[in-house]
Amino acid sequence: MIKDANTIIERRACISGIGQSEIGRRLFRDPLELTLDGCLAAIDHAGLTTADIDGLSTYPGPGGMPAGFSGAGAYEVIDALRLNCGWYGSGLETSGQLGSLVNACLAVASGLANHVLCFRSVWEGSAQGDKGRSAVMPGGAAGGGFKASGFMEWNIVYSAPSAAVWIALFAQRHFKQYGITREQMAWIALNARKNAALNPKAIYREPLSFDDYMNARMISTPFCLYDCDVPCDGATAVIVSRIDRAKDLRNPPLRVEAVGTRIDGRPSWDQFDDLTQMPNRAAGRQLWERTDLKPSDVQTAQLYDGFSWLTMSWLEALQLCELGGSGDFIDGGANIALDGKLPLNTHGGQLSGGRLHGYGFLHEAATQMWGLAGDRQIASAPEVGIVAAGGGNTCGCLLLVRE
Amino acid sequence: MTETETTGEHGEHAEVPFRILPKLTDRNRDFWTAGARGELRFWRCQDCGFYIHPPQPICPRCHSKNMKTEAVTGLATVASFTVNYQPWMPGPELPYIVAIVEIVEQPSVRLTTNLVNVAPDEVDIGMAVIVTFEHHPDPDGDVYLPVFEPNTGAQ
Repeated sequence: MIKDANTIIERRACISGIGQSEIGRRLFRDPLELTLDGCLAAIDHAGLTTADIDGLSTYPGPGGMPAGFSGAGAYEVIDALRLNCGWYGSGLETSGQLGSLVNACLAVASGLANHVLCFRSVWEGSAQGDKGRSAVMPGGAAGGGFKASGFMEWNIVYSAPSAAVWIALFAQRHFKQYGITREQMAWIALNARKNAALNPKAIYREPLSFDDYMNARMISTPFCLYDCDVPCDGATAVIVSRIDRAKDLRNPPLRVEAVGTRIDGRPSWDQFDDLTQMPNRAAGRQLWERTDLKPSDVQTAQLYDGFSWLTMSWLEALQLCELGGSGDFIDGGANIALDGKLPLNTHGGQLSGGRLHGYGFLHEAATQMWGLAGDRQIASAPEVGIVAAGGGNTCGCLLLVRE
Repeated sequence: MTETETTGEHGEHAEVPFRILPKLTDRNRDFWTAGARGELRFWRCQDCGFYIHPPQPICPRCHSKNMKTEAVTGLATVASFTVNYQPWMPGPELPYIVAIVEIVEQPSVRLTTNLVNVAPDEVDIGMAVIVTFEHHPDPDGDVYLPVFEPNTGAQ
């Protein structure tokens, strides 16, 4: 197959601007206002105005989700900014948080829009209230007669209501199969914290030592407290432009070289056929089938760390290390450090930077590729970056190339 | 297969923890209630023999709708487990073990469940386990949660 923009049509799309609202552990600000702050920052950064924006895409859209999971839906933002859209969409059932970005790429590639505003907005920090996290208890303190159905029927009944537990089950099997240890996994969290110290917008910036990590309280083995990301408030926005409309804009286009959206096997947290991998294995394979670039060409990786093991899973799924080799690859932290061969989660990830839920990684890849990362800038601004988000049955990835 | 869970291996009366119970439907009722008879039951395609879980309206292998629930042996293998220390909600005494087990009749049928009557440091992947049931009286219909314990009779 000739891999050009005629066959790999996401190559007709690029990222032309990025923006972010204020980010904090608990801001107690209006989520729509935060969302609009992020969106307007991205539009301005691209050198565009709201009149130029003719598409909108977001994950997950409004309604029916845990408190704080969605700061705004598509219609709210379209209305608040008085946008006219040739195409728009939102939704939860897609290739992870980045599925919304892939949809935008396809929309500009097909000519339905020229400049699509994409955003992800969360206020999970404030949604916990000022007393901290409350118990996971649908129906109130005593259960209130609540009965589990649908997806929850098969986990919450067994007192396993959190993705921490579901993903721990994968991590444990993966560790067992390949002889990987907590001492190795620690480097995901330690690397994130070290980078967060250089990111003024990160949530946790104070030093974290190996001993701090090893002595932390356990959540669900092999995960300790520092393997779990931190809920926060904030909105991240990205402008996806048709590449022929981006040439004269403010920033060098970050062309979308290839995306990975594929899912093989049961789209399930516990019925997936291989507990040492996740559905991201197919998305990773698909991405590399759509480009002549190789994993060795990647100069920075921004890989989802809702739980630290997910980053290890993505390293393997994207073939940035061998299958089962992520423990050795990250051990000691040298390979993944800011000055290492594959700078990873250079903003602190979600573990230390805050759970911006996928889009934070996209924002950071673009920030590094444009040389805008300040104290945490990779010495030579990367020309090729890879971004991945999601875990369990929700996963997507993309490869970016600076023109 | 044991008929009640409330008797531990040393014969003591074990505390039944608080659980959020499943909403019973015609499709899931056998799975959640057959423990009353000491049975673990799954939907099975009567045309091709495939076990289906969680319940679905057609056989995913041959698309037949000719399905019934059938009892299995209750024997299973631990595919993975995690020792949970976090008090997410009222539930079993901490720490408790969440596991994914594969039933011997068809390992692609997995259950997220709890392991009971075993210490966390005695559990390992590959361990042979057997079903036992946790009885929850409920006005909407008593529920018997299938949980698993070491199958000490296994090789």
